[in-house]
Amino acid sequence: MAASAPLTLAEKVWRDHIVRSAENEPDLLFIDLHLVHEVTSPQAFDGLRLSGRRVRRPELTVATMDHNVPTTSFTEPLEDPVSARQIEVLRANCKEFGIRLFPMGDAQQGIVHIIGPELGLTQPGMTVVCGDSHTSTHGAFGSLAFGIGTSEVEHVLATQTLPQSRPKTMAVEVDGELPSGVTAKDMVLGIIGQTGTGGGIGHVIEYRGSALRSLSMEGRMTVCNMSIEAGARAGMVAPDDKTFSYLEGRQFAPKGKRWEEALEYWRSLVTDDGAVFDKFAQIEAKSLAPHVTWGTNPSQVVRLDDAVPDPDSFAEAPAREAGLRALKYMGLQAGTPMREIKVGTVFIGSCTNARIEDLRAAAAVLEGRRVAPGTRALVVPGSGQVKLQAEKEGLDKVFASAGFEWRNPGCSMCLAMNPDKLSPGERCASTSNRNFEGRQGQGGRTHLVSPVVAAATAVAGRFASPEDLP
Amino acid sequence: MKPIRVISGRAVPLERSDVDTDQIIPAVWLKRVERTGFGKGLFSSWRDGDRDFVLNRPEYAGANILVAGPNFGTGSSREHAVWALMDYGFEAVVSSRFGDIFRNNATKAGLVPVQVDPAVASALMEAVGRDPSTEVAVDLERLCIEAPAAGIEASFPLDPFTQHRLLEGLDDIGLTLRHSLDIDAYEQGRRGWLPSVPVASPGPPSSSKVTAS
Repeated sequence: MAASAPLTLAEKVWRDHIVRSAENEPDLLFIDLHLVHEVTSPQAFDGLRLSGRRVRRPELTVATMDHNVPTTSFTEPLEDPVSARQIEVLRANCKEFGIRLFPMGDAQQGIVHIIGPELGLTQPGMTVVCGDSHTSTHGAFGSLAFGIGTSEVEHVLATQTLPQSRPKTMAVEVDGELPSGVTAKDMVLGIIGQTGTGGGIGHVIEYRGSALRSLSMEGRMTVCNMSIEAGARAGMVAPDDKTFSYLEGRQFAPKGKRWEEALEYWRSLVTDDGAVFDKFAQIEAKSLAPHVTWGTNPSQVVRLDDAVPDPDSFAEAPAREAGLRALKYMGLQAGTPMREIKVGTVFIGSCTNARIEDLRAAAAVLEGRRVAPGTRALVVPGSGQVKLQAEKEGLDKVFASAGFEWRNPGCSMCLAMNPDKLSPGERCASTSNRNFEGRQGQGGRTHLVSPVVAAATAVAGRFASPEDLP
Repeated sequence: MKPIRVISGRAVPLERSDVDTDQIIPAVWLKRVERTGFGKGLFSSWRDGDRDFVLNRPEYAGANILVAGPNFGTGSSREHAVWALMDYGFEAVVSSRFGDIFRNNATKAGLVPVQVDPAVASALMEAVGRDPSTEVAVDLERLCIEAPAAGIEASFPLDPFTQHRLLEGLDDIGLTLRHSLDIDAYEQGRRGWLPSVPVASPGPPSSSKVTAS
C-alpha cells in the first residue's frame, strides 16, 4: 500500500503495529497493553511454565479480579472453593511472573474494561487485548482493542505480539440528534437490531456520525462494548477533544512534554477522506428510541413502545426458528406489549453500563421513588473508583432508599459466575450485554435495557421508561 | 499439537443458529483452572434438560464432526468452548459462519472450523439427520469436505499459514519466537509516552502452582 493511500482509522493503527509482514502469513502485531483476569489466564500461565517461557513484557500487562468475585463482601473468604482457587491462582501467577495486580478489595480493582480507561491505560492508537470479548470497549478511545482466547493470552504473555489476519473494515454512521431519553445503549441495541449478530463478523467497526460524536466517553464505551454482539471483534471511535480531556491527568496518561507529543499523534488518528470501508451501515439518530430485547440474542430487540414480535412473520427460516425457540425460553407470547411484561429482578451493572455516568442517570430516575414491591434490584458499580465517586455524590443513598442493594465492584449478574444469579424462570431487566439462554443463571430470562429504563422498570415492576413514571 | 491431515467419521446435526459460547460451555464451568475435562460441560444446559437433544441420541454417539447452523461460536471469548468440543470428541465443526474469536481459538487448539456455503451446510445437516451413519471426511490438505453417500463435496477456506500450522502440528508461539529480532527492533521504535505499569519484583515460584495435564 502506498504511503499516501487514504486509510481508515483501523488501518492506521494496524499499520503502526506491524512487527513483521510476509506473504501468505498473518501480520505479526505488537500489543501495547494486555489486560488479564482470573478466568481466561490460568491455563495460559501453565503453558508458559510447561514450556519454560517467561512473560516478555510484564510491565505492559495488568491484571485484576472481576468475573468470579462476590459483590457482597470483599473481606470474607469466598464461599465457592473452586472460585477461591481461581482467584488464588491469579494472585500466585502475577507474583511469579511479576505482573501488576489490582486484587479484590484494592481501591483500583474493578471490571477489567472499566479500570483500563479509568487508570488512563487505554489511549488512542494503541493495541489492547484481553481474554474477554468485551475488550472492544477500549476502542472508544481510538485504540484497536479485541478479545482473545487463552492460547492467544499465552502467546501475548510470551511474545507481546499476536499473528493476526487483517480484518475488513465496516463503517456504522449515526447522524442527527438523538431524541430525548435515548441513550448510548439504545443506539447500540438499535444498531445490532439492524445488522444482526453476525453482521460485523470479520470486520472492525468504526462508529461515525454526529450522533455518535455527541456521546460522552462513557457513552462511546457502551457502544464499542457491544460491537462483539454485532459480531465484530473490535469497534472504534476516532479520538477527539472529548477523548483527550477524559484522559488528561489520569494516572497512566502521558504528562508534560510527552502529553504534547502524544496529542500530536493522536490527532492524526482519523479516517482519511477517500478511505474505503468494506461495509457500510447508516442509522438516523431520530429513528432511535429506548430499546428492550425480547429474545435470547441481542439482535432480538424491539422498541419499548412495541410488542413482542411474532416470529411467524419473519422472512427467513433460521430467524423464525430461533425466534420461536426464544419465545418459548423467555415465556412470552407474541403480541404482548413490552410495557405489560412484569419483571422480578433489575440489575444495573457490567462493563456495558456500570460507569459513573450510568449510575448518575439511574439515580436521577430513582430519586424520591421506590422499587415496586417484590422486585429485587441491585446496582453493582464497575470499579472501586466508580463506587467511591458515587458515594461522594451520595448516589449510594439514593439507590438504597429506593430499595436497591448497593454492591462491591465486579462482573456480578452479567454472567452467573459468582453468587449473583437468576433462578430458573426469573425475569430480569439488565443493563448488561448478553441475553443468551442461561447467561444470568440457568433458566433465567434476560432483557437488555439502558440504565434509565432499568431504573424506571424497577419502580414500575414492568418495563417502563422514566417518562412513564408518575 | 498433533498434526491433522484428514478427519473422517460421522457427524451430529445441531440444527440451531447463533449458538453462542455460553451455550457451548456455561459460565459455571469457567471457574476451573485446568485445560482438560470440559467435555462433561459441553452444551450441558441442553443435554441435561432435554432427553431428545441431539447429543443424547444413541445413534450419534461417537461422532467426531459437528454440523451447526449459522453464526456458531458467537459471544464470549472463552476458549473453554473449543476445549469442551475437543474433550467431548469433536475434531471439526461445520457452519456457514463462525464467530471470529471462536474461529481463532479453534485453529490455535487444533479444532478445524469448516466454513461452507449455507446451502452445503443445510445439505449436510439434512443428510446426517436422515442417516446418522453417513460418512463425512474433512481433508485439510485439499481444504475440502466430502460426504460421498450424500453426494456432497465442497471446499472451505483456511489461510495458508493456519493450514500449514495444522498440517504440521506446529506451536504458534515457537513460530513467533523465531522472529524475536523483529520484535526487538519494533520495541526500539515504540513511542515514549506509551503506558508502562510499574512491576512488582518477581517473587519465588509460588506454592499453589497448578500443573496442566
